[in-house]
Amino acid sequence: MIKFTNVFKAFPKGGLALKDVSFHVAKGEFAFLTGHSGAGKSTVMKLIYADERPTSGEVRVSGYNVNEMRPRDVPMLRRRLGIVFQDFRLLEDRTAEENVAFALEVTGARVSTIAARVMRVLTQVGLAAKAQAYPRELSGGEQQRVAIARALVNEPTVLLADEPTGNLDERATRGVFQLLRDINASGTAVVMATHDLDLVRQAPYRVIELQEGALVYDSAVDEASPRDQAAAP
Amino acid sequence: MNLTFREAMLTFKRAPLLSALSVTTIAFSLFVLGLFGLVVVNLQDALRSVEERVEVVAYLLPGAPVEAVAQALKDIEAFPEVQSATYVSEDDALARARAELVELRDVMQELERNPLPASIEVKLKPGFRDTDHVSAVAERLRGFGFVDDVRFGRDWVEKLDRLRGLAAAVGIVVGAAFAVVAIIIIGTTIRMAVLQRSREIAIMRLVGATDGFIRRPFLLQGAIKGLLGGGVAIGLSFGAYVLINRYLLQSAFFTQEQAAAIVAFGALIGLLGSSLSVGRHLKRV
Ligand SMILES: Nc1ncnc2c1ncn2[C@@H]1O[C@H](COP(=O)(O)OP(=O)(O)OP(=O)(O)O)[C@@H](O)[C@H]1O
Ligand SMILES: [Mg+2]
Repeated sequence: MIKFTNVFKAFPKGGLALKDVSFHVAKGEFAFLTGHSGAGKSTVMKLIYADERPTSGEVRVSGYNVNEMRPRDVPMLRRRLGIVFQDFRLLEDRTAEENVAFALEVTGARVSTIAARVMRVLTQVGLAAKAQAYPRELSGGEQQRVAIARALVNEPTVLLADEPTGNLDERATRGVFQLLRDINASGTAVVMATHDLDLVRQAPYRVIELQEGALVYDSAVDEASPRDQAAAP
Repeated sequence: MNLTFREAMLTFKRAPLLSALSVTTIAFSLFVLGLFGLVVVNLQDALRSVEERVEVVAYLLPGAPVEAVAQALKDIEAFPEVQSATYVSEDDALARARAELVELRDVMQELERNPLPASIEVKLKPGFRDTDHVSAVAERLRGFGFVDDVRFGRDWVEKLDRLRGLAAAVGIVVGAAFAVVAIIIIGTTIRMAVLQRSREIAIMRLVGATDGFIRRPFLLQGAIKGLLGGGVAIGLSFGAYVLINRYLLQSAFFTQEQAAAIVAFGALIGLLGSSLSVGRHLKRV
């Protein structure tokens, strides 16, 4: 599904963001991506959705080889992914419903099917009642639910969430996290970058930890987490 | 397609001032172009009426056989360049000279013998009234045995040629200049629209929009702005035409085809301006 093999990523001005990172996320899996600020979490995400290409090593996502992808295949890859960010990234002048519908329209989905599919995912994230609301009329948690609905509407095989709870209070965080767990339970793989360790400890999921660009712990491979040692002050 | 249309219309709704500004600017540059076009159209009308007087006259030897001349007239009228060929007899020529040269009427009255030769006057079809065709026809007329001499106003046929060339050249240069101005203006407004919507474009990309999908509404929007600008320009030109006719001089307006061509030209430069601009700026957002 997602396979990193000895991936290095250097930015023109910024040094090595990733050093020799290898891991594999299977179909239907839930994996946390943790690490301090600047550890390289977002860089991993960008490589997965082909916003960046690896400097060396190989990135494979859902049958595509990100290294040698043609630019015109990038949109096709992204239609198989759902992407959620800390800052929601909704279109401000469109309602919740229109924001979600837009992700379908972009793919050339049949117009007659769009409304029903949109309502279904909005219902799934618990926002059917706010379908006509604009982003500014919604709380942060609600906006993130709209973003998740948008990510889900194309029925992705993988949901990427880069600190989806970073801007939310504790209650909204729990709600969004529960939603992601439900989505995973119905078969969609989820990769969630976060530095909310409470959240990570709550759930029995795979944990991949980065430190200054290097993969230092992978619960699927290692026994103990260096994080557990580092966590004590 | 209607999705593209909806997205293009959304831009007008979102940035009405910017849109109105670009339509107005395009309208005015096309208006100036239109005014110049009116000058050219009227100049061409004037040229055409001068051109109609282009004719080749073949003077005949005295005593040319009547049947041969009649046959020659038929042959000449069959030339591809020729519109009409008229036989003017010696008597006709004298009568015409009497009528036209009033001051010499007395002299003419006293003539014992008609000094004027008979002639064949040949008018050419439009499009053949230039030096090359006129000379060619004259050359062929010389080939008839009973033709004494062939005359045409070589000097002013040549001048006419040059005038026509000049009008065309000035038209192309001025037209191109204003087209470039309009393209740059459209390009700039599209650039502003792209920058204004860069966040939106980034989001479109994230959900899997192709570059073509993102570009299309911008192209349509540019074409619509050009179309509207062209329409307004025709309206302004018509206003100017009415005023000129009322206060200055009788003149002609564009034919429907010409007016449609100007509007289509507006749409074309709108499309061109946006396609030149949007590709470049999409790469940067
Ligand atoms: N476009 C870029 N150009 C140069 N350097 C970059 C670029 N993007 C990221 N970096 C660098 O790569 C490193 C990893 O950044 P990344 O955004 O992946 O960290 P992160 O783990 O997501 O951090 P955070 O938790 O703060 O979001 C950082 O040192 C950052 O400065
Ligand atoms: Mg990050």
